[in-house]
Amino acid sequence: MSETLLQTLLNTPYVSKFGVSFDYRGDELTGLLPYEENLVGNPLIPALHGGAVGAFLEITASASLIVSQPLDRLPKVIDVAIDYLRPARAADVYARAQVARSGRRVANVRVEAWQGRRGAPVATLHGHFMITPASERTR
Amino acid sequence: MSEEKIREVLESVAPLLVDGSPHAVALGLKIDQLEPDHIIMRAPYSPDLVGDPETGILHGGVVTALLDHACGLAAFAGLGAQDTPATLDLRIDYMRPAEPGLDVIAEASTVRAHGLVVFVRATAHDGDRDDPVAIAQAAFMVTKASQAATERAKKAFGQGETT
Repeated sequence: MSETLLQTLLNTPYVSKFGVSFDYRGDELTGLLPYEENLVGNPLIPALHGGAVGAFLEITASASLIVSQPLDRLPKVIDVAIDYLRPARAADVYARAQVARSGRRVANVRVEAWQGRRGAPVATLHGHFMITPASERTR
Repeated sequence: MSEEKIREVLESVAPLLVDGSPHAVALGLKIDQLEPDHIIMRAPYSPDLVGDPETGILHGGVVTALLDHACGLAAFAGLGAQDTPATLDLRIDYMRPAEPGLDVIAEASTVRAHGLVVFVRATAHDGDRDDPVAIAQAAFMVTKASQAATERAKKAFGQGETT
């Protein structure tokens, strides 16, 4: 993995604005989206914005690709399919990704987000990302 | 509900669904057009929403939230402006990065609304709708949770007698 690249991801304005952080052991990474009011989409439920949850899933997918292998650049998203399983309450959100396949140019990633109970996910994402694996010489 | 009535309710409720949404406010989302069959929203370019500091390109999450919100409004209009449905799924193809410095605009239309389910299609671009940044397709549904939220919204905003 590349510590620098993970730091670059954490330092991007959008990611730091919403206070996303990662907890990782080896190549296993958990993303944390700490609850704050500006994540709320509908204040009357109150539920987090679907876009905020979707973006967090995307960020966790990128971070998981970074810790799973040496990359030269941040992964670029090609497409995502997000399923919203239950309303995300006004609370912290966690996410963990599984790299289903990672080739030389493209990676296929599945991510699951949950709140109180891991077994009751609030949303899942399935997406393709363009990656640039570090060449042998630069490793 | 007649077309006119839908338009009327949409015009009174939609701004609340944007300005009343803290996340939409945090991203600076705005409504450009509120035709029941054609919703246009905008995410103004902002340096603190950048996803790649080297290029200054907006984070994909901004486009995701903008598309989700515009599709939600289109689905609300598609259901006759009576229920705010919940997103079942949202599929996005990212064609190219948005041009740094330019606003991103999302145009959303209901493809079909039937019963409790609505299918919506949307395009995000940065000025030329024939050169999209992203294309999205989403499905929405009126659920018990979304119905309860709509009731609360009607009470809170005095929209009790919309039919």
